[in-house]
Amino acid sequence: MFDNSNIIVGLEIGTSKICAVVGESREGGADPAKSGLNIIGLGQARSRGVRKGELVDAQQAEEDVRNAIVEAEQMADVEIRSVYLGVTGGHIRGFNNRGVHPVVSADREITEDDVQDVIKNAKAINLPTENSVVHAIRQHFFVDGQDGVTNPVGMLGSRLEVDMHVVHGNTNRLQNAIRLVKGMQLEVDEIVFNGLASSLALLTNEQKELGALVIDIGGGTTDYVVYTDGVIKHTGVLAVGGDHVSNDLAYGLKVPLSRAEKLKLEHGSALVDDAAKGQTVTITNELGLPLKTVNIEHLRRIMSLRLEEIFQLVTQDLEQLGLLDYLRAGVFLCGGGARVPHIAELAEPILQMPVSLGQTNSVSGLKSALGQPEFVTGIGLAKFGSFKARKREGRPSLAQGIKGALGRFLQRS
Amino acid sequence: MKAKTENHAAVPQPAPRPAVKIFGVGGAGVQLLDMVIGGEFTGASYAVIDTDGPSLAASPAPVKIQLETKLLRGLGTGGDPERGRALAEEQFATLKTACEGATVVFILAGLGGGAGSGISSVLARAGKEAGALVLAFVTLPFACEGNRRQQQAQQGLDELKAVADGVICLPNQKTFKLIDENTSVLDTFRITGGLLLESVRGVWRLLTRRGLIQIHFDDLRALVHDRHSESVFACIETSGAARSREIVEKLLAHPLLDEGRALAEADAVLVSLMGGKDLTMAEVNRVMEQISRQCEQAQIIMGAAVDETLKNRLCITVIAAKNAVARAEVPADTPDQTLSRGASGRMAAHAIPVAPPLNLEQREQIMSRRGARVRKPGSKMLQTQLPLAIISKGRFDKSEPTIHKGEDLDIPTYIRRGVALN
Repeated sequence: MFDNSNIIVGLEIGTSKICAVVGESREGGADPAKSGLNIIGLGQARSRGVRKGELVDAQQAEEDVRNAIVEAEQMADVEIRSVYLGVTGGHIRGFNNRGVHPVVSADREITEDDVQDVIKNAKAINLPTENSVVHAIRQHFFVDGQDGVTNPVGMLGSRLEVDMHVVHGNTNRLQNAIRLVKGMQLEVDEIVFNGLASSLALLTNEQKELGALVIDIGGGTTDYVVYTDGVIKHTGVLAVGGDHVSNDLAYGLKVPLSRAEKLKLEHGSALVDDAAKGQTVTITNELGLPLKTVNIEHLRRIMSLRLEEIFQLVTQDLEQLGLLDYLRAGVFLCGGGARVPHIAELAEPILQMPVSLGQTNSVSGLKSALGQPEFVTGIGLAKFGSFKARKREGRPSLAQGIKGALGRFLQRS
Repeated sequence: MKAKTENHAAVPQPAPRPAVKIFGVGGAGVQLLDMVIGGEFTGASYAVIDTDGPSLAASPAPVKIQLETKLLRGLGTGGDPERGRALAEEQFATLKTACEGATVVFILAGLGGGAGSGISSVLARAGKEAGALVLAFVTLPFACEGNRRQQQAQQGLDELKAVADGVICLPNQKTFKLIDENTSVLDTFRITGGLLLESVRGVWRLLTRRGLIQIHFDDLRALVHDRHSESVFACIETSGAARSREIVEKLLAHPLLDEGRALAEADAVLVSLMGGKDLTMAEVNRVMEQISRQCEQAQIIMGAAVDETLKNRLCITVIAAKNAVARAEVPADTPDQTLSRGASGRMAAHAIPVAPPLNLEQREQIMSRRGARVRKPGSKMLQTQLPLAIISKGRFDKSEPTIHKGEDLDIPTYIRRGVALN
């Protein structure tokens, strides 16, 4: 209980809810299938200080984050000291950059140093001064123009190039969330783009290899990530989400926002089916007296148009980049928006490929958390953390190194 | 390589210089022409056209055409472009003779007033009929000059686009980003005039300077002829070792090019590079490579020339033409355009047909109108169509709007798409 070394916490400060996911990374030993992430705790709280994925009321948000953390601590029976913090917002952008490095050694063999240099070159990008990098993710190497090299060390070549996907955002806005968490005596291990976290939780290696699109329809933003050939090719944020649906309903049906939210959950659908034509529902006040009659068809029409637009905008973006043809594994939806009935059927004709609700994979633990689309990001954050932790362990200390070598020697004999 | 062979070909048989006539139309045009006459445009001939006697008298231009009729009593057009047009129609023959003999006609005008907006399109037609290539360089009024002038300018611009081969347009409002706060009004107009002049100079250089890589008049003609396009331009100068890189960066951040977006949308781009004697082919290549990467769909014409006075500096003039048809397909217009369209309500069509010539009766009718009282009755009703923000954005009212390609996504989709809920 007191050994916190393999406890990993993902914290998502979302627009509609704040969720903290506590995971325990398991050592599977030699069997990689057994090592993975076990979700042991989950805390959530309604979010009140966030709009479109970004803080607008830090005090309010701090209270909510505290509630979520406390709940997660109680459920998992651990003390949370550090978190992997999810970030999003309309200011976040992703783009691809290529770094070039000439191999100068006499024998033209590419060394580890060359690889480090070329990565450094690719990271040297011209960002606006107010922006900073969230992620710089390596895609593929090119050796003398030869495509698709994943590890060039030891190969011969005169020119080494690497493609990087860089996700960047406005420094101040990113710092806001970090400061909030640090102000609560919590460490921030790393900040992670929410869309990236979701895709980590949902996609298997095979799907990444085939090419897949993950669309996370959250409360305030829609984050999307494209994988092809096993690497991230594109990321994007659209500052439109479930909040917009509720707001449209409140405006169109002339009801208060809270009521619109409720109507959305109870009667919402992404498709306007014939059965809904002419149907109405009566809103009552707390005494049971009728207040207003709402036309279900209108409700669904408004919802359907908004959701359709979200998919259209994502499709347009990918179309411009020519990525649509590479998504052979299809599209995976998550986030609270994925709960809307028939949403996959709405998206399919727009994206013209199979669309399904994402399922978290290679994660075990709380069944109540794993099946829910809105916890995908939180789980993904924890998973991101477990990857990072494993990578850190991958570089063992000298003593461990000797121990491991001895162990292997003994096993063999 | 290519440059060399072209140079060799050019030495024994220099291409005949195109005969250029530069017209200043209206008050602003006359002043612009003043600046032009002081400039480097040797070999061009000048003329000014206005309805206002005193402004013409002050101009140093050799040819002055005053459009006058008894009905106006020497009071000018009074800011009514229809009067300007009617006057010009009346004197169409004079204008046409003035354009005779020119292969290229430049029209300089400030749109928004009576003379500039009204006469320019007629002059452009006269120029075309005289067999010249007509390029218009116009300014659009500042937003503070009022809705009516904006609207007249927009109408004038549309008419001009329908007639002239190419229109290079400088919305004065955009120059706000270029000038600092303390600039006086006088200087501001001088700067905007200077900017427009810069584009005239750019085209002029292309046409007349012997270059490393020469642009022939025919190329220009082929590029702009009958395109009826609206163009934006930018002129940038840099110096120092990293000048070629710097110049591209500045170009992509230029406010008149909408931070480089205009290049991406352009379907024809004209680039004129000028440098001192130290201009290297590698620099030219680097700049062009970057530009052509920016505008993939565009047909690019480039010219490079050496000017010995430009020691160690590099100077670029870029003119990007958007095709009128392509523009109409773009759903989201720049905000100022939507404003002016929203204000006039019915001006939705981009391709305005050439205005038909007026007959005598109509002309007199327009001319005899007096003052503001007889303005079109419709103009009073415009207020109802102002793009007022009547749609409340609910909970997103106070937050940063989500603008995607000019569309405010916080407004309910069904309202933006005009879906009716019965």
